[in-house]
Amino acid sequence: MLKDANIFVLAITAIFVENFVLVKFMGICPFLGVSKKTETAFGMGMAVIFVMTISSLATYLVYKYLLVTLGLEYLKTIAFILIIAAIVQLVEMFLQKITPALYSALGIYLPLITTNCAVLGAAILNIDNGFNLLQSVLFGCFSAVGFTLAIVLFAGVRERLETSDIPEFLQGTPIALVSAGLVAMAFLGFSGLSF
Amino acid sequence: MNKFKIFTAGLIEQNPVLFQLLGMCATLAVTTTVVNGIGMGLSTTAVLVMSNLLISLLRKIVPQKIRIASYIVIIAGFVTIVDMVLKAYVPSVSNSLGIFIPLIVVNCIILARAEMFASKNGVFPSVLDGLGMGLGFTIALVIISAVREILGNGTFLGISLFGANYEPVIMAVMPPGAFIILGVVIAVVNVIAKGGKRNA
Repeated sequence: MLKDANIFVLAITAIFVENFVLVKFMGICPFLGVSKKTETAFGMGMAVIFVMTISSLATYLVYKYLLVTLGLEYLKTIAFILIIAAIVQLVEMFLQKITPALYSALGIYLPLITTNCAVLGAAILNIDNGFNLLQSVLFGCFSAVGFTLAIVLFAGVRERLETSDIPEFLQGTPIALVSAGLVAMAFLGFSGLSF
Repeated sequence: MNKFKIFTAGLIEQNPVLFQLLGMCATLAVTTTVVNGIGMGLSTTAVLVMSNLLISLLRKIVPQKIRIASYIVIIAGFVTIVDMVLKAYVPSVSNSLGIFIPLIVVNCIILARAEMFASKNGVFPSVLDGLGMGLGFTIALVIISAVREILGNGTFLGISLFGANYEPVIMAVMPPGAFIILGVVIAVVNVIAKGGKRNA
């Protein structure tokens, strides 16, 4: 079980073997939407790493010390989505004040993250897997690194697609999905790495 | 717009998956079998109808500035209800859909309909819109899951189609197959839609 895994195994699992985008299908909207250029894909990835790490910490603490003590575990979906929306807002305001440079780089991607299902997915998986605080934060962070890896690789593929000659009926979304399938096939190779 | 048109818009012309490309995470993840596709489609439809109903009722009370936050709370509430109902009455569906039931909250289709339709229209049209969009989503899921289940398992709704000698295309039920088959289905639908327009 992942619960007893050490940090190294957790990292390899979250980044490669069970990649959030290509194996678990979370965060497909930004994966398809913000992957036309490598730089923007990288910016989105960084914003997701930032938010997912913080939200894993916050949702774990709220679940463990607020919902469980009050016997309100069934409210976790509602509580988590509100926490994530609030964190995204806070992170946005914080970055704007403290590091305007980082803010202007990540700015446009931050509001989009609220509806990125990878963030809520990681929060719920942390609870379902029975992780402790450290494991939750690391799992959130590593999963987001896996997201970044997938979106940056895919953006590289899409940049090449721009200049290639694609049949008319496959242009746009269909060819993007088919090439995502090929990237996913490459990641399938990691599924042999079971711990 | 007449009532019938509101209902049919979501089914075909503005199908959320095939033309608007919304709700892709759920579409790719749960379409390994037709039963899962139907389960996900109907759960989403239920949430969509109820949230459209409530948001349309509250549209004149909720202040403009906090509307998105309140929509999310309403949607999350209904998702929790659906999650608990599924766990109680159809645990097998609940198990195989797993984490994607709570993730209906962040399915863009629901928030998009709340913002674009229910917050501007009356109760009855909003319910019809929710029903149309939800069933459109279900239809798309059934089409994609039928292709994946038939190719990947040689079955439809669990019934064997080709007998014992059929060698299944396992790739179709694996993650890469999901992307490729969805891409091909969208391409085919685009071709059909274009052909229809040319003839008309």
